[in-house]
Amino acid sequence: MNMVQRATEALNRTLPDRAVDPLSTARRVVGQAVSRLDGPSKVTGGATFTADIDQPGLAYASMVPSRVASGRIRHIDVTRAANAPGVIDVITHHNAPAMDTPVLMTLTAKGCAFTDVAPLQDDVVRWNGQAVAVVVAESQECADSAARLVDVVYDAAPARTSFRGLLSEAVFPADVLGEPSEVSRGDVEDTLSQAAFVVDEVYTTPPHHHMAIELHATMAQWSPGDKLHVWDSTQALGRTRHSIAHAVGVPEENVTVTCRAVGGGFGNKTVWDHQLLCVAAARVTGRPVRLVLRRQDVFRMTGGRAPTWQRVALGAAPDGHLQALVHDSVTGIVHENSPEQVSVPARHLYASDTYRIGQKKVVLDVVPNASMRAPGDSVGSFALESAIDELAGHLGIDPIELRSRNEPAVDPTEGTRFSKRHLMEAYRRGAERFGWPDRNRVPGARRDGRWLVGHGTASAFYPYIRMPGGKARIRITADGHAVVTAAANDMGMGTETVQVQHAAERLGLPLDRVSFEFGDSTLPDSPIAAGSAQTASLVITVAQAAEELKKVLLRRAPRHSALHGLKPADVVFRDGGLYRVSDPAQGVSFETLVGEVRHVDAVGSSPMLPLEFMKYSMHGYGAHFCEVRVDATTGETRVSRWVACIDAGRIINPKTAASQIRGAVIMGIGSALMEEGLVDSRAGRTVTASAADYHMPVHADVCDIDVSFLDIPDPLTPMGVHGVGEIGIVGVAAAIANAVHNATGVRVRDLPITLDKIIDGGAAR
Amino acid sequence: MEHDGISTAKVTVRVNGSSQSAAIDTRTSLLELIRQHVGLTGTKRGCNQGACGACTVLIDDQRVLSCLTLAVQADGREVTTIEGIGDTTQLHRLQSAFIDHDGFQCGYCTAGQICSGVALASEAAAGVPSVVTDDLHADEVDLSLAEIRERMSGNLCRCGAHNGIIAAISEVYGS
Ligand code: FES
Ligand code: FES
Repeated sequence: MNMVQRATEALNRTLPDRAVDPLSTARRVVGQAVSRLDGPSKVTGGATFTADIDQPGLAYASMVPSRVASGRIRHIDVTRAANAPGVIDVITHHNAPAMDTPVLMTLTAKGCAFTDVAPLQDDVVRWNGQAVAVVVAESQECADSAARLVDVVYDAAPARTSFRGLLSEAVFPADVLGEPSEVSRGDVEDTLSQAAFVVDEVYTTPPHHHMAIELHATMAQWSPGDKLHVWDSTQALGRTRHSIAHAVGVPEENVTVTCRAVGGGFGNKTVWDHQLLCVAAARVTGRPVRLVLRRQDVFRMTGGRAPTWQRVALGAAPDGHLQALVHDSVTGIVHENSPEQVSVPARHLYASDTYRIGQKKVVLDVVPNASMRAPGDSVGSFALESAIDELAGHLGIDPIELRSRNEPAVDPTEGTRFSKRHLMEAYRRGAERFGWPDRNRVPGARRDGRWLVGHGTASAFYPYIRMPGGKARIRITADGHAVVTAAANDMGMGTETVQVQHAAERLGLPLDRVSFEFGDSTLPDSPIAAGSAQTASLVITVAQAAEELKKVLLRRAPRHSALHGLKPADVVFRDGGLYRVSDPAQGVSFETLVGEVRHVDAVGSSPMLPLEFMKYSMHGYGAHFCEVRVDATTGETRVSRWVACIDAGRIINPKTAASQIRGAVIMGIGSALMEEGLVDSRAGRTVTASAADYHMPVHADVCDIDVSFLDIPDPLTPMGVHGVGEIGIVGVAAAIANAVHNATGVRVRDLPITLDKIIDGGAAR
Repeated sequence: MEHDGISTAKVTVRVNGSSQSAAIDTRTSLLELIRQHVGLTGTKRGCNQGACGACTVLIDDQRVLSCLTLAVQADGREVTTIEGIGDTTQLHRLQSAFIDHDGFQCGYCTAGQICSGVALASEAAAGVPSVVTDDLHADEVDLSLAEIRERMSGNLCRCGAHNGIIAAISEVYGS
C-alpha cells in the first residue's frame, strides 16, 4: 500500500457510515422466489445469443493457432489458403491493421483484457495456440477448411511452460489486487517450531478451464464514418467497448457493443484476441464478419485458472488456539497479469497469534490466465481448509468447534470491524440440516457394501465487492409502468429478474408493471459483471435513479394535488404512485404525474467509490457439508450428499440465488474430483482441449444439493445484499478432500482427487 | 455436384413438420443446416465435437447430436428441434417444468437438455436399457432419478443447473 492509499484509508475511517437502505427488510417482491422472467424464451430456443445473429453479406472467420510456445514466425505462406474455395482474405502479421495494446483488466481501469499484446502485430509467438492468422470466407466450412492450409515455419525458442519445474524462480508480485503481496505478524516460524500441535503441508492445484458451453462469439460490422458495431458474448459490455475502441484507435462513442444473452461466463467472457481479430477482419474485407471460437480455441486462446503451489503450516495449543498460521503460495501466470489471489481467505478467516500470509508468482509462456469463478479464493481455500481439518484431526477436536475457537473479533490482518459475520451461525444451521452429529468420526470406519463412507466440512468465503461507476435510467410511462435501463450483463445469473424485483420493490409497483432493458452499450453504462458485484453495483444506481425520479415527478405534481410543494424526503413510492410520508392516504398515481407526455425519466449514477470496504471487513461466509462414498477397491469417489448454508446478506430471489450456489458447488466438485488442465511441458500445448478430455461433472456426478441462506442483511450494502455467484465454490474442494480422508484415512493434497491418488495412499483394499 | 470448387448436394428435410430444401456444401452438418439454412437458431453449438450435447435434436423421434450428423444423412427424414417441441404461447409440459424448477441459468444448453429429455422418455417407454437398468428385458424402464441422471449425462451444463433439470424431467416422466 502506498502513502496516498494509507492516507485515504485513515481519512475514510473517520467518515460516517452510509445510512442503512430502508429496503433492506422489505419483503413484498424482494425475497420472493420468482421464476426467471426470461424463462419462456430460454426454454423455447428463442433467446438470442451472439452467434444466432445474422447480417446480410455476413462472412465467416477462422483462426490459425501457433504450434510453438515461444519464438518467431520465420515464414508464413498463405497461398494455398487464399486459393481455397470460398476464401475472401487471409490476414497475418504482414497485412493486419495496426492495433494499439488492449487495456488490461483492473478494478479501476476500463479494460477487460488479460494480455496487453495486440494480436498479429509482429512475428513473435508468445504461447502455444496463439492466433498467427485469420481466414475469412463465404462460409464457416470454407473458413475452417482453409485455415488448415496456412503454412507456417517457426523459429522456436525455449519456453517457460512447466509451472512445477520453475517454482524455485518464484518472486513476489508488486501487489495482490492492490493489497500487499505478503502480510505478517510476529515470528511465525519460531512459534510454529514450539507449538504443541503442528500441520505443515504442501497443497497443489492444476490449471482449470471455465468451459462455458457457449463458444465465444463475435460479429463485427463497420459503417461509414468509422462507426463500428460489435455483437459479442461478453460479461463486460462497457469494458469490451472501451478495450476495442482503444485497440482499434477510434473514439469510444463510435463503437456500439450489443450483448443480450451470454451462454455462461465464469470470468472468461472478456476481451481476448478474437474480438480484435474479428474487428480487423471486418475492416480488411469490408464485410460484416462472424468469428466463433472452436472448442479447442477456447482452451488455447482464452485463459483459465492458474496452477498453484501452496504451503499451509498451522501451530496450535492443545485447546486448539491457533498460535501460528503460514500460507505461502505461488501461482503460475503471464507477466502482465494479476496473480490468483490464493492468499485472500487466510487473511480474513482465522485469528492467530502470529502469521505470514502471502504469495509469489512464476512467469510462464502460456495463454494468459484469467479470473475464473472465485479466482484465488476457491483454490486457496482448498489448502487452508484442508489444513484446518488436518489440525482438527491431530487435536481430536470437531473441525467446527476448532473454527469456533479461532473466530476473530476483528479482521485478523486488517484490524477492521466486520460489517457482518455470521460464519458460525451458518455452521450451526448447516450442521443441523446435514445431521453432522451422526457423521462418521473415525477415518475409514464406516462402510456400506463396497463403499467407504465419509463426511467433511469446510468454510465458504468471498469478499463483498461493489464496482465503482455506472448509471441507470428509470422511465415511467403514461400508463404507469416503469422501464429500468442499464447496459448490464447476464451470463445466466438472472440479472433481469432480480433487477425487476428490486425496481418493483423500490418503486412500489407490482412485478408486471416493471421491465428491465439491458444488453447494449447505448444504454446507461454499467460496471462489469465480475467479482459477484453486479447486483449491488446495479442496485445502487437504480436506487439513485429512483431518488432522482422523485424530484422529477414532484416537479410535475399539479397545484391542487396532495404532493404540491413537497420535497423528496416527504414522499415515498407506494401503490403505483408517490405518497406523503406523514399522511399515507395522500398521494398521486404515476399516470396522473406523467400526464399528457409519453413518459418521464430520471438517471442515477453510482454515488461514490465503494469506500466502505476500507473502513470495514466486508465478506460473505458459509458452511459446506458433504458425504462421499469411495469404492474400497477402485478408489472411485462419488459425492452422495451436499448441504451448503450461506451468509451472503439479503437474498433478492432465493430461487435464482440457490441455483447460483448449486452451480458453484458443482464446479467445485469438478475441481475436487476431475478437472485438470494438462499442458505438455515440451511444447507448452494444452492437451486437454476438448469437452471430452477436460472432464467436468455430468448429471450422473451431481447429487441433490441442499442450499439455504441466512438471509441477514449487511447494514452497509445497498439493500443489504452481497454477491452470490462465486462464494458457493469456495471451500468445496476442501470439504470433499476432508470427506475423502474421513472415508478412507487417505489425505490427498494434490487436486484433482483421482482414483490413483487414493489407491496410492493405501485406502483401497 | 460441384459449385465454385465446392462439392454440393441438394437435401430435403422436414423440420418441425415443414419441408425444407437447400443446395448445400456437403461438409455442412445437420446443426449448421438447421441454424444457417433453415434459420432456426434455438439449437446450439457447444463444441462441434460430439462432446457436449448442446446440439441435440430428434431425427424421427430419436435424439442425435446434430454437429456429428452430416446434413445429407438427414435427407428425407423428419427432424424436430426445440422450436418444434413448444413455443412461448404453448409450452411443452417439460418446458414449463424447466421454468418451475429453475432447470437452466444461461439457457445455452437448454434446448439440448429438453430435446434429450423428451427422447429419453420414449426410449425408456420402449424398454431401451441404460447401464444402471437392473432388468434388461423389461418392456418398459421406470425412470428413477438414477436412470434419468445416467441417460442425461451426455448433455453438459456448466452453469450447474443439474438439480433443476433432473427435477423437471422427473416430474414429467419420472417413476
Ligand atoms: S455441439 Fe454437438 S455435441 Fe457439442
Ligand atoms: S444453463 Fe448454462 S450451460 Fe446449462
